[in-house]
Amino acid sequence: MSAHGPLKISGLSVALGGMPVVRDLSLSVAPGDFIGLIGPNGAGKSTLLRTLAGLITPDQGDVHLGGASLADLRAEDRARHIAYVPQEHDIAWPIAVEALVSLGRGPHRSGFALSSRDHEIVAAAMQRMDVEKFAKRPATALSGGEKARVLIARALAQDTPVLLADEPAAGLDPAHQITLMRVFRSLANEGRSVIVSMHDLGLAARWCSRLVLMDRGQIVVKGPPDHVLTAEWLRTVYGITAEIGSVDGKMLVQPLDLANR
Amino acid sequence: MSAGRSYPLLILSLSGLTAVLFFLSLALGPAGTGFSESLAALFSRDGGAIALIMQEIRLPRALLGLMTGMTLGLSGAVLQGFLRNPLAEPGLIGVSSTASLGAVLAIYTGLSAAVPLGLPLAALAGALIAVLAVQALAGSGGMLTVILAGVAVSSFSSAMTSLALNLSPNPFAALEIMFWMLGSLTDRSMTHVYLAAPFMVAGWIMLFATSRSLDALTLGRDVAASMGVDLQRVRRLAIFGTAFSVGAATAVAGAIGFVGLVVPHLLRPLTGAMPSRLLPASALGGACVILAADILVRFVAPGRDLKLGVLTAIVGAPFFLFLVYKSRKDFL
Repeated sequence: MSAHGPLKISGLSVALGGMPVVRDLSLSVAPGDFIGLIGPNGAGKSTLLRTLAGLITPDQGDVHLGGASLADLRAEDRARHIAYVPQEHDIAWPIAVEALVSLGRGPHRSGFALSSRDHEIVAAAMQRMDVEKFAKRPATALSGGEKARVLIARALAQDTPVLLADEPAAGLDPAHQITLMRVFRSLANEGRSVIVSMHDLGLAARWCSRLVLMDRGQIVVKGPPDHVLTAEWLRTVYGITAEIGSVDGKMLVQPLDLANR
Repeated sequence: MSAGRSYPLLILSLSGLTAVLFFLSLALGPAGTGFSESLAALFSRDGGAIALIMQEIRLPRALLGLMTGMTLGLSGAVLQGFLRNPLAEPGLIGVSSTASLGAVLAIYTGLSAAVPLGLPLAALAGALIAVLAVQALAGSGGMLTVILAGVAVSSFSSAMTSLALNLSPNPFAALEIMFWMLGSLTDRSMTHVYLAAPFMVAGWIMLFATSRSLDALTLGRDVAASMGVDLQRVRRLAIFGTAFSVGAATAVAGAIGFVGLVVPHLLRPLTGAMPSRLLPASALGGACVILAADILVRFVAPGRDLKLGVLTAIVGAPFFLFLVYKSRKDFL
C-alpha cells in the first residue's frame, strides 16, 4: 500500500434519473479517519459511496485522492486505491470462499497466478474477518452474515488506502458487528481512510472517529460523535428521541421513540 | 473440494479425450480402413482412394467437429459468466438464428447453388448483422437489455426463416432448408475449414480475453467495476467473440443446440465454479461432445444421414432436465 493524501470531495452533485440525490457536497477525509456516514433512508449515502467508488459519474464537482483527480485515474489504478463493498450480497457462482477473497487481488496482479505475497494478504484478510474456517466451502452455501464477512474480506484483500462499505454491519450478530468495527478501526489506525454507511447509531457513536450526518443529499452536520449525535439533530433529521449517555468515556445512543414534531 | 489441485488433471484428461475422439473421428467411417492405414493415408501424396477419403472427407469433418465443439462450449461458458446466468447459451443473443436466416436466404434465393461458399458467407453476414443489431439495441444498458435485444433479434429472424419456408418456390428448397437447419458436419470440405477458421480463432481470442473480468463479475457488476473491470469492454468482447465464432460455426455446420448450454453447466462443479477456469474446460468439453456425437451419427443410423443437431438435442435435452432436477434447490 502506497502512502496517500486525503480524500477531498468538493462541490459534488449527482442526479439519478433526473432526481438530484447528492447536492453540492464537500468533505475531506484524512488518512486515519474512520467516518460513519449516517442519515435516514434516501439521504444519498449509498449514492455518495457509489460515486466515490467510481460507479457513477458525478454531474458536478470532483473527488481528489492525494492531489490526483479520480476522474483522471484509469479504472485499474482507481481499484488499487479504493475498495468498495456494496450492500447486496451478490454471488453468482458457488466458488470457494478462499477463491472469492482472492478476487480482491485482481487489480494488483498482472499474471494469472497469485504471488506468495498475494497469498499472505488473502490469508490475513480472511483471518481478520474470521472466515478461515469456511475457506474451502462454496460461498453461496454460507448464511447471510457469513457471506457479508467473506465479501468484506474480499475488499480487505484489495489492500487499498481507502475502503468504502455500504451498511456492512447489517445482518451481522453483535459479536461480529463489534469485530467488524474493530477491524475498521485498526485499518484506520494503519493510516487508511474508512468510510462506512450505517444505521446503527449506537455502533456509529462508539466506534467511528467522525460522523457525517446526511439528509436529502446534503451534509447536515459533521464532526466527532458527541457533536453530531445530539438530541436536537436526532429530532430534526431522524424525527426520533433518544437516550444519549456515556459508558467508560464512550458515547452511548439508544433511540427511544418517534419525536412529536 | 480440492478443485485447486485437480484442475490441471481435468484439463489434461479433457485434452486427452479430445485427442482420442479426434483420431477416432478420422479413423471411423463407412470406408472401413484400418486405423494406422488411415492415419498414414492422411499424409500420403499418392492420391489414392484412401488418401482422398482421409484428406478430403474425414479430415475436414474431424477438424470442423473439433472447432465447432470448442466454439460452442467456450461461448456458452463466456455468456453464462457474463450474463451471470446458468441458462445463457450462444443462441440467446440471436447469433445462431440470424446465421441460420442468412443460410436459409442463400438457399432460398439460389445463392448457395450459384456461388461457391455462398451459404456460409451469407450465414456469417447474418451473424454479424445480428450482433450489430443487438449491440445497437442494448445501447449502454445492462445485462438484461442484452438478453432482451437478443430475444428480439432471435424472434425476428425465426419469423423470417418461417416466412422463407412458407414462400419456398418448391418442396426441394424447403427440404434443403429444413435439413440444413438440423445441423451436420457431413460432406464438408477443407474450404469450409479455411473459411471458418479465421473467424473462429478471432472469436476465441476475444472470448478468452474476458476470462478474468468474468471472475470479478461473479460478485456483481458494481464490485467488478470497483475492481477496475471495464464492463462495456467485456460486453463487446463477449458479444463480438460469440458472433465471430458461433456465426462461423453455424455457417459451416448449421444450428447445433444444447452443447453451449449443457457443457459449461456440466463442467462447472469440476472447475470450482470459477469462470476463468471453466472457459478452457468448457471449450475442450464442447469439442469432446461434438466429436463424439459426430462419430455416433455414423453408426446409430448408417445410411440414413442422422443429423448431428438432432442427436445433440435428443441426448442434450433429457440430460439437461436431469441436471435441473438434480440441482433444482440451487436455482431458487
